[in-house]
Amino acid sequence: MRVSAPDTRVVLAVRDLRKRYGQTVAVDGASFQIRRGECLALLGPNGAGKTTILRCCLGLTPPDSGEIRLFDEPVPQRARGVRVRVGVVPQLDNLDPDFTVFENLLVYGRYFGLPDATLRSRIPGLLELAGLEQKARAPIGELSGGMKRRLTLARALINDPELIVMDEPTTGLDPQARHLIWERLKGLLAAGRTILLTTHFMDEAQRLADRLAVIDHGRKICEGAPRELIRSRLEAQVVEVYGDGVHAWARDAGPRLAARIEMTGETVFCYTEDAGPIARDLESRPELRFLSRPANLEDLFLRLTGRELRDDS
Amino acid sequence: MTPESFPTGPPDATADRLSLFAAPRFSLRFVPLWRRHFLVWRKYLFERVLSNIVEPLMTLVAFGYGLGALLPNIDGVKYLPFLATGTICVSVMYSAKFESLWGAYSRMEVQKTWAGVMNTPLSVDDILFGELVWAASKSLFTGICMLLIIWALGIARTSGSLLTLPVLFFAGLSFSSMALTVNALARGWDSLSTYFTVVVTPMVFLSGVFFPLSRLPDWLQAISAWLPLTATVQIVRPMMLSLPMQNAGRCALLLVAYTVIGYAVALVLTRRRLLK
Repeated sequence: MRVSAPDTRVVLAVRDLRKRYGQTVAVDGASFQIRRGECLALLGPNGAGKTTILRCCLGLTPPDSGEIRLFDEPVPQRARGVRVRVGVVPQLDNLDPDFTVFENLLVYGRYFGLPDATLRSRIPGLLELAGLEQKARAPIGELSGGMKRRLTLARALINDPELIVMDEPTTGLDPQARHLIWERLKGLLAAGRTILLTTHFMDEAQRLADRLAVIDHGRKICEGAPRELIRSRLEAQVVEVYGDGVHAWARDAGPRLAARIEMTGETVFCYTEDAGPIARDLESRPELRFLSRPANLEDLFLRLTGRELRDDS
Repeated sequence: MTPESFPTGPPDATADRLSLFAAPRFSLRFVPLWRRHFLVWRKYLFERVLSNIVEPLMTLVAFGYGLGALLPNIDGVKYLPFLATGTICVSVMYSAKFESLWGAYSRMEVQKTWAGVMNTPLSVDDILFGELVWAASKSLFTGICMLLIIWALGIARTSGSLLTLPVLFFAGLSFSSMALTVNALARGWDSLSTYFTVVVTPMVFLSGVFFPLSRLPDWLQAISAWLPLTATVQIVRPMMLSLPMQNAGRCALLLVAYTVIGYAVALVLTRRRLLK
């Protein structure tokens, strides 16, 4: 976004970005900003346009219209030079299978024009960060999925980037591997790096992001700090009810007890500021089972983007 | 060609509009990519050298010594040197074609190496130029192996042989640029095989490698005159055998034209494929 005095704290500014492929609108007027040291998560279902937005920001996809400024340089016009200051973790690992762990980092670092001496001094620290010190000489084929992901993260840091762009950094990882990645990312944020990530995992967004932008059908639906968004848009508590006769219960008792009710298949979601009356009512109905919990990002997300299934597209 | 100051000179204002038809932007940023290819190649050095030596050696032994002993001289040249000087051109062509078809396609679509590289300061232009120069480098390496075999077997030990090396490099560029065009259009491995079967293999038989072009019917000679492999053979053979060259200028121009036009088309098609 153009401002009269350039705000050096804004790392990336996107204004009214639009991109269509034939009849399909991938990005439909997205705008957002990231400030230095901040983590912004683009949250959205499959096919919402998240990856296209990232590609546009990196200068890999020409937008139909809109303005992108990365480190105050216009993108895509100056993307090639600006990418020196960015580290990218792609959605799918594209490590070099012919190389060892060490060689992957060395060869990738050379693309940034960094001399071998600099890279060789930098690599041990990155291997440590990725927990791969013992694997420096291992071929890529020997690594587990989590190790590959950590190596991809280390590779994205080889040029000491100010901004790290991550497309679904933990998709396909087991819980241990995800927690390890999150821990590393929190460390990077604490060290002052800026992170832009896409995800469809609520817990990931809630854990890492200072702010999140919910994206659907190529548009930003809402933006803000995770807790604020939940608080401003949802009731405090959710009671999930299921079992025989749940629909009848929802029709009869639901509206009296809950502020709002949603039905999905065999489950009824009751949104309320106080779950007490609902819980007391349900305790007298043994055929119904229920779970009472605070409203979370998932509720917000489903509220905003709907509960129907999305195809990968 | 105006190489930018490497690594990351100030980008010019007109750069990187992601326009499909923008002029090619050359820079030295392709060098690290070339080094990457070289490092992979070095890991499989033994296999590569072996395949570079065994196959042409078999051709020379089977057709040169075996069949050639039964054949008369061709324009005053014995069959074995005639064949050897053509075979070196074929090997050089195969080298570039394989690298720019199966190698490049695998890096583009299977291993996604290019996708990784595009997240760095290299652009599609740099990646494609790196592929082009790398394929020609492999051609040159194959040419050196072949020259050593030909020299060791005593088939041709002329000083002109060394002069063929730059020619083989440039021939490699022209073979690669066409293959990169096919690569940019390929829908899968089958596209590459089809191109190889329909275009590359017939070219081997129409370029005066195994027999003189004068044996071809007129209409095939007319086609042959426009083939890059014919042009390569027509420069390399007389150079290695110290014979007078005919049409050398036209042949050289043909190779340059194939390189420049092929690369320009490949670049537009590759940008269209990747920058969307």
